[in-house]
Amino acid sequence: MSSGRRRSRWVLGAYCTVVGLLMLLPVLIVVPVSFSSLRSLRFPPPGWSTKWYEKLFTSPEWQLAASTSVKVAVVVTVLATVLGTMAALGLAGSRGRWVAGARGLLIAPMIIPGVIIAVGIYYVFLRWRLTESYLGFVLAHTMLAIPIVVITVSASLQNFDQQLIKASQSLGAGPVTTFRSVTLPLILPGVLTGALFAFLTSFDESIVALFLSGPGIRTLPIQIFQSVTSALEPTIAAASTLLLVLTTVLMIVFAVITHFRTKADTRG
Amino acid sequence: MSTTTRSDRAQASGRTAAAVRQQRRRSPLLLLVPILFVLVLFAYPVLEMFRQSFTDFVEPGSGPFENYVWFLGDETQRTILLRTFVVAIGVTAACLVIGFPYAYLMTLVGPKVRLLMIATIMLPFWTSLLVRLYAWVILLQPSGPLLSFLRLFGIDDLELLGTSWGVAIGSIQVLLPFLVLPLYASLSTIDRRLLDAAESLGAKPRVAFFRVYLPLAVPGMLAGSTIVFIFMLGFYFTPAFLGSSTNSLISQQVVNQISRLLAFGRGGAMALVLLVLTMLLLALAALASRRFTRALGAGGRDE
Repeated sequence: MSSGRRRSRWVLGAYCTVVGLLMLLPVLIVVPVSFSSLRSLRFPPPGWSTKWYEKLFTSPEWQLAASTSVKVAVVVTVLATVLGTMAALGLAGSRGRWVAGARGLLIAPMIIPGVIIAVGIYYVFLRWRLTESYLGFVLAHTMLAIPIVVITVSASLQNFDQQLIKASQSLGAGPVTTFRSVTLPLILPGVLTGALFAFLTSFDESIVALFLSGPGIRTLPIQIFQSVTSALEPTIAAASTLLLVLTTVLMIVFAVITHFRTKADTRG
Repeated sequence: MSTTTRSDRAQASGRTAAAVRQQRRRSPLLLLVPILFVLVLFAYPVLEMFRQSFTDFVEPGSGPFENYVWFLGDETQRTILLRTFVVAIGVTAACLVIGFPYAYLMTLVGPKVRLLMIATIMLPFWTSLLVRLYAWVILLQPSGPLLSFLRLFGIDDLELLGTSWGVAIGSIQVLLPFLVLPLYASLSTIDRRLLDAAESLGAKPRVAFFRVYLPLAVPGMLAGSTIVFIFMLGFYFTPAFLGSSTNSLISQQVVNQISRLLAFGRGGAMALVLLVLTMLLLALAALASRRFTRALGAGGRDE
């Protein structure tokens, strides 16, 4: 490697470190602000306290929002994972010109700008009386989470040897047994990754939730939005810090899953 | 003995073929419920909203396009549409300039560093959008750390929160992963030996990079920029947090028409215009990418 090229590598590396830090650091500002002793968002805070966490944990509004978000996200995770996995299996096992169209339809909720879907959902949900309802949130978020499950499970099905299904069935196993003891164990990492992303999709979804929320029911993102527009106090920073911790933990889980998958891949 | 084995095998393969046929028949059935679900909860609502754009909020006798005439004829709405495009183009260009070296370095480093680089990009990507926007509100506010820092250098008449600059800064951070990941996927397929070949034929490294590597990277750059641009067109919360009502973008207008004024026809018309523009861009990008790749291949043969 010439010295000129080595020098340009160093410049590139330094530049990318700066970009990486600019990606990671901004969000961390919520951590010190959440421990501020002042009501304002001054940074650095003049003194420290945990009162915003106390306020957060005793506020019925935030509790309601948190429990709604978790309850919706858990059900969405189960529904979207089952439906998305079914769809991915169906797509992998089907032949014909219509398959590309079907795949496009199943992925579309991820590509179409959220505001367009939100307006449509709001319109029909008003008619079906599903706005401001738990079921409404679950149905809309499941639809929005299906694409990511289809994508992750399809990806792991691509590495999956379809001959194994033939082998299993020629040995007399029915479709259910084949799925449970051959297909599922092999695509499990993809299914789990899909489930994790489905959870995050629902937990973080905000534009459809903006329309479906009301005084009686709202999710965490909407609670943050409403609080920011009314008062910029550090309670939001406390909630944000907790969400940050949650995401980090989930990403570590994801990293562990990926680690085991690559291990299994190299073994197989 | 041999005949029984053969017939066994024939029987077994017959059974396999039957099983495969059965699987082929059953697979589409697996798709039935998910597709119905997406049809009812995605396709139907979106189509229904578009139908509304021709019927709702329309005075009798004024034709089905009144909402569109209103949207495209209104000076304020045109300004907002134009502003949305200007901001989106700026953000896309900035993402490309910031993200390309990052994706490029990802193709050069070893697997461990690459994993670290992916994690750096992915952690903010999966952090709640509203948490990130709230962090930007703290950072960009007049008494916030960013402006206090700039004041040290004598820049004290700058305003970020509530301006299109604030919206752009926040959007770049939110959208960068959408550019870097597809771009990296595309760059990693480029054969770096082509650069060595060019250099061994006497090209300076810089010339080799711009004349050999960069043209091959165009499809990936197009793919990533298209995603960023489309997402930027549909952003609601980023401008709602970091902008202000005087420099709103189109999504805010759509939400405004519907949640404040319950004007589904008008909101639907705006959404349809947005969707058509999105589709058009996707098609154009695909076309440009294909043209470019073909021209590249043909150029190599003809010269």
